[in-house]
Parts: sequence; structure tokens; C-alpha cells
Amino acid sequence: MKLQEFRSKEILARHGVPLLPGEVARTPQAARAAAERIGGPVVVKAQVLVGGRGKAGGVKLASNPAEAEARAEEIIGLNIKGVTVRTLLVAPAAKIAREHYLGLILDRGSKSITVIASAEGGVEIEETARANPAAILRLPLHPLIGLQRHNVRRVSFFLGIPPELRGAFADALSGLYAAFIGSDADLAEINPLVITDDGQLLALDAKIVLDDSALARHPDLEAMRDLDEEESSETAAREAGINFIKLDGTIGCMVNGAGLAMTTMDLVKLAGGEPANFLDIGGGAKADRVAAAFRIILDDPNVRAILVNIFGGITRGDEVAHGIVEARAGLTREVPMVVRIVGTNAEEAAEILRRANLITAESLDDAAAKAVAASAGELR
Amino acid sequence: MSILVNAETRLVVQGITGREGDFHSRAMLEYGTPIVAGMTPGKGGQTALDGRVPVYDTVVDAVREEGANTSCIFVPAAGAPDAMLEAAEAGIRLIFCITEGIPALDMLQVYWVLRQQGVRLIGPNCPGATSVGQAKVGIIPGNIHRPGPVGLVSRSGTLTYEVVQAMTDAGVGQTTCVGIGGDPIVGTSFIDVLDMFNQDPETDAIVMIGEIGGDEEEHAAAFCAREVRKPMAAFIAGRTAPPGRRMGHAGAIISGGAGTAESKRQALQAAGIAVADSPSQIPALLRQAGVR
Repeated sequence: MKLQEFRSKEILARHGVPLLPGEVARTPQAARAAAERIGGPVVVKAQVLVGGRGKAGGVKLASNPAEAEARAEEIIGLNIKGVTVRTLLVAPAAKIAREHYLGLILDRGSKSITVIASAEGGVEIEETARANPAAILRLPLHPLIGLQRHNVRRVSFFLGIPPELRGAFADALSGLYAAFIGSDADLAEINPLVITDDGQLLALDAKIVLDDSALARHPDLEAMRDLDEEESSETAAREAGINFIKLDGTIGCMVNGAGLAMTTMDLVKLAGGEPANFLDIGGGAKADRVAAAFRIILDDPNVRAILVNIFGGITRGDEVAHGIVEARAGLTREVPMVVRIVGTNAEEAAEILRRANLITAESLDDAAAKAVAASAGELR
Repeated sequence: MSILVNAETRLVVQGITGREGDFHSRAMLEYGTPIVAGMTPGKGGQTALDGRVPVYDTVVDAVREEGANTSCIFVPAAGAPDAMLEAAEAGIRLIFCITEGIPALDMLQVYWVLRQQGVRLIGPNCPGATSVGQAKVGIIPGNIHRPGPVGLVSRSGTLTYEVVQAMTDAGVGQTTCVGIGGDPIVGTSFIDVLDMFNQDPETDAIVMIGEIGGDEEEHAAAFCAREVRKPMAAFIAGRTAPPGRRMGHAGAIISGGAGTAESKRQALQAAGIAVADSPSQIPALLRQAGVR
């Protein structure tokens, strides 16, 4: 789960990372009031989880409160890569002398939390990695004892932090590490970490991505989820315990297992169609979960056909078949359905489906082809 | 021969009295897996699976009393890291962790502690392994296999079953099928299992099933080009997956342009490995490579 900049900064500040927090505003008037309280020039920043907000006009300078209100007026309601801006961060503007990148990631390759630092801040680290890989330091930390002072010194010298700011830099990196561990993050980054004209070291922008598997032990962080930026169908799926990601195609997919769900999407595409979603109903799919999955899929008006692909191992095929037939009866919109159930009790499942007049398929390739035909109205 | 599990396996099931543990232990026993003990704290002295398996309070007891050498874990995510550490501490040298949803930072510590202790961990968030006709540890359905010369390694669960079923239907049998798990931090890598298959005299060919996220498949491809002389076929799931989204598995995510299906397919093809567009093509690719 990605956290908004102002949330990420809130967490970093709590762990001692030097930064100017600013204030959250949801109206131009509130932005003006915030600028008045802050005093001096401010920067008005759209709070969205998609990248590239600066280029999209979502970050603007204002030299006084009246300007802050005007800039806020421009930014609120702006559409940035499909997301409508609703929330702003009004923060004191800093005069930047130098910009750095400082991040921590859970690195799968080295199986460690790894520090990533670059003297070239303000641009995406992936861009630096492509253009100038030598400008990046990757420092895997010991998995059992974590960040040590010598690690901090190494990064500090790599970035060429001036002597009088090394203490502040240690606070920034130690705080970033504590925030990473304390919130069970996958990624925590400060970009840019700046040195200002008047010699302050500050985190100007921050991003934290949390490990979804650990959210259960952080109810305070779960409460920071931004429902405005989540598809309503994805919210409903999460609440029903279903793994769901909305896509742009016309063929709804309902599958058990993540790898098989991805494969089903791939085969729909290979058969000439476009998947409308990724959906994994998980193990032991019961009737109520199947019904919820159908509702979520059909919530998307683009869906013209549904492909159900269940490999019964833990999941009993006949149970799923009953669930599908039952759930179908309760649906508000009728679209053609291609159902493939393999494995435990597949014979019984097929019989149940045939009696309910559903399109069945034996192989996955066949199921995908039938779903594509059905979505084009060629098969009912 | 085969790899990881066989008739010498003496299995202790941690969490045997839970719903999942009970259900899958029955299936394992039915397949012929030697389950010598179950373990649930506070239920020591009882029996599980209709009196067929003794239950112990600790793994230490299961090792001492029954000579358990392999563990299979069905403990919920909050307790699974501790269960893995307990098994390792008790002298178990091969652990299968089926549990899904373990926090990555917990796994990081478990990974390194187990490594220091010389313990092989498969998973977590994996379906386990089956050595066809000998033993199955985990949740892979027993009835989809057919004995034969092909070893299979995968990051997935039901997708693995799909491929195995396609092979069995086409008359292409298997030695051992291993699911290494879909989490970002897992105990055993593709390379580890490929190496075992490469050295197993009964395995003549290898199937590898990967998915988007990370660069393990790319490393595995380089390893195969260097070390493996047995014919191979592969499939990579997630060609249509959007970047930046977790596709169900915690590890299945394309981030910063890395971990795409295309990059993995290219790496495998460059290593001379036949890459299928659909799981159904795997048996034919194996036949073309000379597998009988």
C-alpha cells in the first residue's frame, strides 16, 4: 500500500527525519490560511499516488497567501494520470543548493534491506540508474543487526555531505531506517533530500510503500489508506477478501490462484481479447465469495463476457459450480459466461454447469477462445 | 531417485490439528507420505488423523520420539516465522512452509537464521513438493501426476497443477514437482532446484514456471546456460500484467520497469530454453526436445 507524501512525512518526522511538515489543505481557502500560518513563500503540492505530478502541473510555488489560494484553485480538481486532485500539501518553500536521493528498499536479490543513495536527487532513481549507474550507491544492510553507524558514514561520504551537516544526515538516514522497520515498509525514500542555501539538510519529498502482508499489525497505517485513489471495485474486493485489479478490457476473469489468474489473462489476450481484470478468489472458494466476485466483475460496464477458470485442488469443483449457478441467478446484468472447472469433482461440476446452460470448456486455451467469441456476441 | 522428498522422508506436520493441516495431512497420508508426527502446542499426547498420527507439543519431541527429519507448516501467518525457527532449532533440516501472507521483514530474519543453521526452507507461500509415486509434502493434488522423467519447478500453485495436468494428459510424466513460493523472500530459489534436478540421474528434462517480478528467472536462465545440459521448457505468467501492481502474489510486481514477463522470456530464450505461450504447449515442447 502506497502512502501519500504528507502521510509519509508524518511518519518520517516522528522518527526524527529533518523536514518542514507543512499543512494539508482541501480547499483554496484552507491553502491560503495554511500559507498565512507558515509565513513566507510556500509550495502547493497535489497529493496523489501517481508519479509525474510536477510535470502535470500539480506542484506550484506561491510567494504569498493570496497566490497560494490561486495556485490551489488551479491544482484542486486537476486530473493527473486519471486521478482527480482532492488534497494539497502546503509546505514552506526551500531555496535548494543541492539535491540528493536517499532510499531504503527490501531487496529480493540480496535478501536484505538495502540503502540506495545518489548525489543526483530530484529525478526518479530508475532514471539515474539508466543514465548514470555509477552515481548510485547500493549498500545492503546486515539482515540481523540492521543499520550501523559505519553504514551511515559510508553513505554520508559517498554523497559528500559537508562536515557540519553529517549529524543531520545521520538523523535522516537513521530516521528513515527506523520508519522502514517500524512501519513494515517495502520502500521508504526521500527524494529529494536537499541542502538549502542557508545550510539546512531537509527531506523535501517522501514516499513510503507498505508491505500489505504486515498491515494487519499496523491498524494506524491501514487507516491512512486513500480510498479516493482506489477503484471502488477494488475496495469492495479487498473487503470481501478477494485479490482484484481492474484493467481496461472487456472479458471479466475469475480464477483461483494468482499465477493461474495471470495466465488466464495472458491467454485471453493471446486469443485476441482484452482482460477486464485480474481476480484471484483464493482457495476453498465458497458460494458467497463467488457471488461477491461476480458482482465486482460486473460492476465494470465494459465487461461483455466472463471467463471462470477453476483448478480444483483444495477447491471442490462441484461446490464452485453450485456457487456459480446460484450467484448467476442473483445478478442484475446478464453476460455470457464461459466456465472451466478442472480437478476434484470436475465431472459433477460439468454436469451442474450444463444443466444451467452455461458455456463450458475443457482446456484453458479453448475457454479463452470461447470467452473472446462470447464477448463479441458470437457465442451465447 | 527424485529430489527433496521420498520414501525416506519422516514428516512432522506443524499445525496438524487445524482445518487446513488436517485436510492436507489426510491427502498426504493417502498418497503414501510417511507422516510420523503432528505438532500443536498444548495438544501433546493426543492423536490426529483418526488416531493414525501422534501429536506432540514441540518439534523437539517429534524429532526425539519419532525421528522426524522434514517439516510441513500449516500455521497461520502470525505464528509461521516462529514455527520455522522452532523446526530448525529442533534439528529439522528440510522445512516446507505453506503459509501465505507472512510479513517480509519477518521472513528476512528467518531466511538468514535458517541459512546459518544449514536448513533448507521451501516457501513460504508455496504448494510444497511431490516426488511422484513416493511422497508428497504440501497441498499439490496427488491425482494429477504420472511417473516419468521430467522435473518441474514453479513459483505458483494452481498454475503448477495446470501444467502438470497438461503433461500427464499428454503422457509426459514427472520425477518431482516443486513449488518454491510466490513471496519476495523465499528460502529456495529456482537455481537451487534447477541444480538439484540437474544432478538427479532420473530427471532427464526440466520445466520451469515463472512469473513477473524480481529477476530470479533471469538469473536462473544464466545458470541454465552455464550448467544445465538437460532439455528444458518454460512458461512465464503475467505478460498482460500492468506495472506497479501486485498480482496476488506478494512478489509478483513489475517495479521501475524491471521484472516484466518479456525480459524473462527473452533471458530464457537466449539461454536456449523453449518458452511456451500457453501451459498446454509444454508437453509438445518437451517432446520436441526428445523427452519420451
